Amino acid sequence: MTGGKTLFEKIWDTHEIKVSENGESLLYVDRHFIHDGTSQAFEKLELEGHRVKSPHKTFGTADHYVPTRDGLDGLTDPERRAMVLRLDEDAKRHNIRSFGFGHQHQGIVHVIGPELGLTLPGFLLVCGDSHTSTHGALGAFAFGVGASEVAHVLATQTIWQARPKTMRITLDGRADVGVTAKDMILHIIGTIGAGGATGHVIEYAGSGIEALSMEGRLTLCNMSIEAGARAGLIAPDDKTVAYLKGRPFAPSGADWGRAVAHWQTLTSDSDAAFDREVRIETGNVSPTVTWGTSPEDAVPVTAAVPDPQGEPDAERRARMIRALDYMNLKPGTPMESIAVDRVFIGSCTNSRIEDLRAAAEILKGRKTKIPAMVVPGSMSVKAAAEAEGLDRVFVEAGVEWRDPGCSMCVAMNGVDVVGPGERCASTSNRNFAGRQGRGARTHLMSPAMAAAAAVAGRIVDPRKSIAGGEA
Amino acid sequence: MKPVQKIHGLAVGLEIGNVDTDQIVPARYLYRNRSDGFADTLFRDMRFDPEGREHESFPLNGPEAERAAILVTLDNFGCGSSREHAVWALIDAGYQAVIAVSFGDIFRNNAHENGLLPVVLEEHEVMHLLQHVKGGPATLAVDLETQQVTLPDGICFSFDIDSAAHENLLLGRSKIDATHSLRSTIDEFEEAYLGRHPWSE
Repeated sequence: MTGGKTLFEKIWDTHEIKVSENGESLLYVDRHFIHDGTSQAFEKLELEGHRVKSPHKTFGTADHYVPTRDGLDGLTDPERRAMVLRLDEDAKRHNIRSFGFGHQHQGIVHVIGPELGLTLPGFLLVCGDSHTSTHGALGAFAFGVGASEVAHVLATQTIWQARPKTMRITLDGRADVGVTAKDMILHIIGTIGAGGATGHVIEYAGSGIEALSMEGRLTLCNMSIEAGARAGLIAPDDKTVAYLKGRPFAPSGADWGRAVAHWQTLTSDSDAAFDREVRIETGNVSPTVTWGTSPEDAVPVTAAVPDPQGEPDAERRARMIRALDYMNLKPGTPMESIAVDRVFIGSCTNSRIEDLRAAAEILKGRKTKIPAMVVPGSMSVKAAAEAEGLDRVFVEAGVEWRDPGCSMCVAMNGVDVVGPGERCASTSNRNFAGRQGRGARTHLMSPAMAAAAAVAGRIVDPRKSIAGGEA
Repeated sequence: MKPVQKIHGLAVGLEIGNVDTDQIVPARYLYRNRSDGFADTLFRDMRFDPEGREHESFPLNGPEAERAAILVTLDNFGCGSSREHAVWALIDAGYQAVIAVSFGDIFRNNAHENGLLPVVLEEHEVMHLLQHVKGGPATLAVDLETQQVTLPDGICFSFDIDSAAHENLLLGRSKIDATHSLRSTIDEFEEAYLGRHPWSE
């Protein structure tokens, strides 16, 4: 008898329509998201004369190009403004429901999917954005695709894929106080590398994962792509079911019971074999921050900038030297002594209500020394934060409270940009050269650490602020 | 898309690992239509200074490199964002193949969709090719049919490519049309699937 199946294999098999002679599988797509960077996919679809097969299975929202203040007037560049409006036009022309700019459900696509109950366990879900791995936190097989594949999904509600390998990352034990899901995923990428999971779907498991809130799980799965993974997955449990119950697009009535019964089968069998296994002691994870230009350049905040001369691999050493040059950092500099110019709290990684609460906890009653902005992940996160009074905490601390969008994570709206040579403490997901603006220097970190950096004007261990220590 | 078979042309080397798609095409150019072209955006911030002057030392600059058809680079090329613009920019600038130690998954799929051939070789083989192009653009041949990269001195390296991508690249066919020919199989599957998972509807 062969071994059992992994969670990923169960979802894959359920969605496999056909395997071609050359080994590729045609998979059924339950849910497809589009955003204001999808125009080229519609261009291809229409150029080739295809129509959208199942418009009701695709949902849209504007996030990449939207302004985060002053309404549409905040978007001065006509070409970027046109991208926001083109989403509405493309969606309307193809009968696709879209939460465009100004809609009460508008927000970052990877925030609104779970929030609205559009992302469900066991779904195969795609979107033309690499951070689609986020949705795996609910037990969906979710991955990012390019414009051609978006056009294919629109036209056929299916996608061709070669079967990826499986990898399980087990986090055992409890996290220390002040250690968040962001620290865990930066630690994981620092351990396995930016290409460490290429060709694999990661399933996160273990007591360290079970203990995470749904929002923490979304943060963790979000950055799976930064380790090169095709997708990240967490088996649905009672927390997942409780999170989904009553969400606007979650199943209801008789469907709810049937759906939950199905979701309860979505776990890896105890005898299932993974192509690769990684084990991490959750207790070994510290508040973590990046020093370089790849998410794998992650170290504990209490550590120093590493020395390339200690790196035995020549190619890796060259990469470190180049990163240090771009970041204008010297080996041996304590991370906590690095002064930053501005702070960005937001992005599909860390813009949910718990992220905002964590930042507010640090900022309450304190003043920031440097420019800082908080960009909520969606209109409903914004409303929830305002109902709790978090917006007042931010404003009183001197932090700008903005409208939802991708904003300074990707610097695509033309105004939320980190200047050349500026150093930004950011809760986003990529510290690539030029990501937040040409010449911008990014340090990735958790919302608590970013808030603490805003107060201190430098990178600082947020545990000191939580403990009521240093102000 | 154009079928890919034999590529014989100038190769340039980019001896950097983890080249992400933000480096290949910065986000500020992504709003363009496909038909506008992306050649001028390729490696924009690596090729040019903020005033638009070429960095002479960048290997893709210079009159010979303008004619290059093959890029040789290290591991995890095209990691990061799913932007297909990264592939379009390479194609628009005349590239037909990228040879690397490994690729980001989404970039590789995007390359297959557009007739850009991603070739994975062993690290020591890539290092040999990088040595070959160290002094500037130099000739290489890539044959998809025989799955071989050949240097002018006859040394050749074999590569694997998954058979679906191999076939699609050779034929240059549109996947949507091929999938549409399976319409009845898909419809049958969908009906049964939605019967078992009605909440997906």
